[in-house]
Amino acid sequence: MDCREVIEQFLMDYVSRALSPEQEAAFDLHLAQCPSCVNYLRSYQETVRLGGSLGAATPADEVPESLVQAVLAVTRQ
Amino acid sequence: MIRDAVSATARNSRRPLPEPEEERRLLESLRAGEHAAFETLVRTYSGRLLAVTRRLLRDEEDARDALQEALLSAFRSLAGFQGEARLSTWLHRIAVNCALMKMRARRCRPQEDPIDDLLPTFLPDGHVERGAVPWREGADMMLERTELCGLVRGCIDRLPESYRTVLLLRDVEELDTEETARLLGITPNNVKIRLHRARLALRGLLDPHLRQERV
Repeated sequence: MDCREVIEQFLMDYVSRALSPEQEAAFDLHLAQCPSCVNYLRSYQETVRLGGSLGAATPADEVPESLVQAVLAVTRQ
Repeated sequence: MIRDAVSATARNSRRPLPEPEEERRLLESLRAGEHAAFETLVRTYSGRLLAVTRRLLRDEEDARDALQEALLSAFRSLAGFQGEARLSTWLHRIAVNCALMKMRARRCRPQEDPIDDLLPTFLPDGHVERGAVPWREGADMMLERTELCGLVRGCIDRLPESYRTVLLLRDVEELDTEETARLLGITPNNVKIRLHRARLALRGLLDPHLRQERV
């Protein structure tokens, strides 16, 4: 397994623990020999985490009262 | 009566989400046709739903239109909602769907920007062309939270639309692969391929901002 295979083919399944035991062993073997791919893996995981935190962290927005009133007017009919 | 249960002053759309038991009582009142209950629903949930439509749609007017359509769609569909999911989850799905419909209606660019320039490149022997440098530990400790959110959001918005949408639905809105595939009319395998490429591209866009400086 080389860097291209690690990053393009197996990285996502490795992160979500969907690789077969044999694939995971080959992936880990590559990581043991390649600091660049270790860095890549960690920054990929951080990217996923940051995306997730964006959804969780975004506060509720202030909704214009005119929009609320427009919806309520339609649903009162 | 339901106003008392959820809050008589639910005018602030930033208030915390109700607990499941409060949601259940609200749902009962909605099913009983109490319009006051629907007003409570609107005032309680619309702020979060607007945040969802704003994340998916770049245009403010589109985001507000999608929210309005989502609230009206929820009102029309209440009779069919059996409570199999949480009310907040059900409303979230409706808002996502309305935002996607708005996105499709506005899509007029015949050709999308390629993503290839944002992906890692490799040497003929399979090694990555530019070795990856570690990122700063706990990236969100290094930047102000709002600054980091702005950075991530700005980088996501630079992704080509079809990749940006998949990444938002899967990683930000936390829909599963099958539901994302159904909403976008593509196969689950295509969702996985696009998601991975979108993550790689987003990682590449964030890298200059979050990498440790070489000493």
